[in-house]
Amino acid sequence: MKSLRGTARVFGDNVDTDIIIPARHLVLPLEEMKAFAMEPVRPGFAAEVVPGDVIVAGRNFGCGSSREQAPAVLRALGIRAIVAESFARIFFRNAINLGIPVLECSGLHGAVTEGDEIEVDPAEGAVRVHYADGSALFEATRLPAFLLEVIRDGGLIAHLRQGGA
Amino acid sequence: MGKTIVERILSRAGGADAHAGDIVDASVSYVMTNDAVGELTIKAFEELGRGMWDPGRTVVILDHYIPASSPNAARVHALLRRFARNHGAHLFDQTGVCHQIMLEQFVRPGDLVIGTDSHTCTYGGVGAFGTGVGSTDGAAAMATGHLWLKVPETVRIELRGALRPNVSAKDVALHLVGTLGADGATYQALELGGPGADGITTEGRCTICNMAIEAGAKTGIFETGDIAPDPDAVYSRTITVELEVVEPMIAIPYAVDNVRPARDLAGTRIDQAFVGSCTNGRIEDLRAAAAQLAGKHVHPRVRLLVTPASSDVYLQATTEGLIETFIRAGAIVCNPGCSACFGGQGMLDAGEVCIGSHNRNFRGRMGHPDAKVYLASPETVALSAIAGEIVDLTQGGTP
Repeated sequence: MKSLRGTARVFGDNVDTDIIIPARHLVLPLEEMKAFAMEPVRPGFAAEVVPGDVIVAGRNFGCGSSREQAPAVLRALGIRAIVAESFARIFFRNAINLGIPVLECSGLHGAVTEGDEIEVDPAEGAVRVHYADGSALFEATRLPAFLLEVIRDGGLIAHLRQGGA
Repeated sequence: MGKTIVERILSRAGGADAHAGDIVDASVSYVMTNDAVGELTIKAFEELGRGMWDPGRTVVILDHYIPASSPNAARVHALLRRFARNHGAHLFDQTGVCHQIMLEQFVRPGDLVIGTDSHTCTYGGVGAFGTGVGSTDGAAAMATGHLWLKVPETVRIELRGALRPNVSAKDVALHLVGTLGADGATYQALELGGPGADGITTEGRCTICNMAIEAGAKTGIFETGDIAPDPDAVYSRTITVELEVVEPMIAIPYAVDNVRPARDLAGTRIDQAFVGSCTNGRIEDLRAAAAQLAGKHVHPRVRLLVTPASSDVYLQATTEGLIETFIRAGAIVCNPGCSACFGGQGMLDAGEVCIGSHNRNFRGRMGHPDAKVYLASPETVALSAIAGEIVDLTQGGTP
């Protein structure tokens, strides 16, 4: 899997799924729903995001509800990867099932500001931040090979359809 | 090496000796989905194209946006009804919160139940392993009857002594989430037992397990009868809770682990109060609220919403006269379902304050992002609705 380069969109700790996509929008078709991503804390986020952007967050990203619409709207907006200090369990699994690389990376959150260029290598478990005057490398957890395969195939359903175990 | 309760259940469901850290391909007892996430679940299921594993063990429940609250809700409901009928799966069409329906109709001790809703952990109240998954995992389990699970480490919660009057299982749940923190049990299971557990009813146990996810846990489960750990089971840690010292507790905005004793919040002005949800919408909860409200009236500024967790609960409350008590006290009695918990009804304006017996107080969940939600026991909610402000039940409740 190749490394992914994009602009960092930075969020704090405990970003819950009601923030990622508020419950009242869950029955909208996905293409309409994605306009409301992150609405409670950052209205207009959907309009700012550029496909290829990377979310950088603090602890416990995606806590709360099991709604798969949370990673689904981020994917629909073109978010290419999510790097956090830690993830809530169900969100982490849902993101992989939708083919979104999710990496736990300690120390990155405080070293990145909104708009920095960031390069994520899921296979190596590495994250590089490009500053105006150089770059810094951070070590992230490396996903097991079978989960990297699920991500590479574009999610669990595509993986199973391609004959994956 | 001895096993904890979840290690025992997952060993049986996985057909192999399993300990914390192992990955098991577990055979599930039931798969449940609902109208909040059902569309994605059906889409994933159909893309998989494998047919349904066992319609008798697949349950579809319409409980979130009911009665249909928007054209899109109606569209999703129609989709789910068609799906259930086409496959012959169980369909519960607006008769209660999914978890209450599952407890009333299906779940038995020792079961492994997968639900596309994070509060599936509620079933630990009857000694079942329930865990929430996303739509894709739910669809995969519907198609195969299996799901891979990492066996979690277990945190043992040892309960001692007995609760004081006017202190309830909800206060224990809030106390635990406050102690553990919102991610304090991520990737872990909570196993509850000890001499103090005997004094907590099955309904109260469901309330406590319901909130295990608010500490990030994969499940919460009570020791009950045969559903017990081996004497030499290995725990990641043990937390002892002396029930005598638990006070009426409140989770304050905007995090469930932001927990303080009610006495610190006494006097906080409220606009709305809510008794209901998969946390506290059962008959004991309605009785507890009615005991505070009998012969009294809610504060003129306050809307009190009461939502029984299921039609069975609603009927029982009617038989016992509780519904009349609520109506005479000025409450709005809503149809069984998820109701105000996630803003399905009873939404708040900017700056408004609600106290509720449910499980989440996240920003924007119940309406405007600048509204505030406080979480408490049904007793505390009812008494606060009368006063128009948060009340410490130990200072003036009806015992």
